[in-house]
Amino acid sequence: MNGFVLTPVEYVGRWSINRVRSLGKAGYLTTGALRALRNVEIWGPRLLTQMVSVGVASVPIAVFIAVFTGIVLALQASYTLTGAVPMYLVGSMVGKSMITELGPVLTGLALAGRVGASTAAEVGTMRVTEQIDALETLAYDPLAYLVVPRVLAGVLMFPVVIVLASAVGVLTGWAASLTLLDMSSAEFVRGLRLFFVPFDVQFAVIKSLSFGLIVTSVGCFYGFHAKGGAGGVGVAATRAVVVSSVLILVLDAFWAVVLL
Amino acid sequence: MSILLKDVHRAFGQNHVLRGLDLEVLDGETLSIIGFSGAGKSVILKHMVGLLRPDSGDVIVDGRNVSELDVGELNELRRDIGYVFQFAALFDSMNIAENVAMGLRRMPDMYDDEIMARVSECLALVDLEGTEDRYPSELSGGMVKRAGLARAIATKPKYLLYDEPTTGLDPVTVTVIDRLIVRMKEELGVTGVVITHDIASAYRISDRIVMLHEGRIRTSGTVDVIKESRDPLLRSFLEGRPELAERAS
Repeated sequence: MNGFVLTPVEYVGRWSINRVRSLGKAGYLTTGALRALRNVEIWGPRLLTQMVSVGVASVPIAVFIAVFTGIVLALQASYTLTGAVPMYLVGSMVGKSMITELGPVLTGLALAGRVGASTAAEVGTMRVTEQIDALETLAYDPLAYLVVPRVLAGVLMFPVVIVLASAVGVLTGWAASLTLLDMSSAEFVRGLRLFFVPFDVQFAVIKSLSFGLIVTSVGCFYGFHAKGGAGGVGVAATRAVVVSSVLILVLDAFWAVVLL
Repeated sequence: MSILLKDVHRAFGQNHVLRGLDLEVLDGETLSIIGFSGAGKSVILKHMVGLLRPDSGDVIVDGRNVSELDVGELNELRRDIGYVFQFAALFDSMNIAENVAMGLRRMPDMYDDEIMARVSECLALVDLEGTEDRYPSELSGGMVKRAGLARAIATKPKYLLYDEPTTGLDPVTVTVIDRLIVRMKEELGVTGVVITHDIASAYRISDRIVMLHEGRIRTSGTVDVIKESRDPLLRSFLEGRPELAERAS
């Protein structure tokens, strides 16, 4: 009887303790990384490499996703609106959806997979092969060397990649409208400009900044606390992708509630 | 200055690894720490370099209490300590020259040409000339260990900590590494602490040997003293006879 009653209680207790412990570790990592910002001589030379790795290398997958999203959006809009409202609203729907929602979220999720997994795997491998310990013995702050350049690169490059992807999505939506929907450029552009406000871009950039921060921080967190060998690194990479994807969706809703 | 551990306790969860450890490493000597797997030998080294902090007790290196140092002071101390990791822990994204140069890049007032000259000097010392542009994955196990040693000595440390430097190597490479360890002491005058399971190697390189058991030093002495010891647990370890250990416990 005791076992029956205690087991769920123990489970909840253990789960709660682990969550609190994780929060503590995350807080420790965050304050350490903030403190490590002053060690510019350590993270500065590594920032450009990370910006290329996080940003430039992510452009192909982001553009690939945007191309198809733009086309589908135009066709979906046409399918929904035909006969009900003027067709130039296809431009409005493509522009608004791509810039404020689908561009940031779909690109963010794709980058959560690419950047989040590679960050957790790289840092995790360094952890389990004692390379992080080696950094410390060589008088390097591992947070300044590993975490700060990756997180800064995420914050700086996610908006660039996401804005580029959104632009590509709008362009392919426009191209699809011309070639597949028999719309004119003037119609599409009229619709695009009708509901466009500069704040849409600001909104997308704010979301992108937060996605970049979350994806790289979560990847570093799980990599930094990886345990064991290859299995531990795999677990870290998987968790990084799952947790950052969930947090991207939560943040997306949060920004919608706060800013719209 | 020496290394001194006073009444050091360290637990990992329920596992109380160090239980009031007292240990002194004298200036200029090479001390080998032997003991059964899981006894906490590597934990001792990690305390000496500040990778771990004791739950209680003092770890004093070069007259400085490691647990009381802030990050800057700890980094200052670490410039005087070279750490040779069990699997070398070379940075796999960098070539050998960049690996060896890592510690030097944290030294104040060192320019690129001086750094590269020192890198070549260190690689020559461990017989790895010409490997500057190669990556760790392109080297053999023995070469990787020697590259790890080159990285550890690059900053001309006063102390060298070796974590199982000969594990997994063939007998000839073991002798090469042993000779390097002796050379480090004789030519550079460093104080060395070596974690090893290799008794023959420990006899060759050590001034003193200590045996760690149940979180404390069980036996300590010169190579001759260790060889002559009648302690059944030590004999069990030296001779690889588990029945002696069972009798001792």
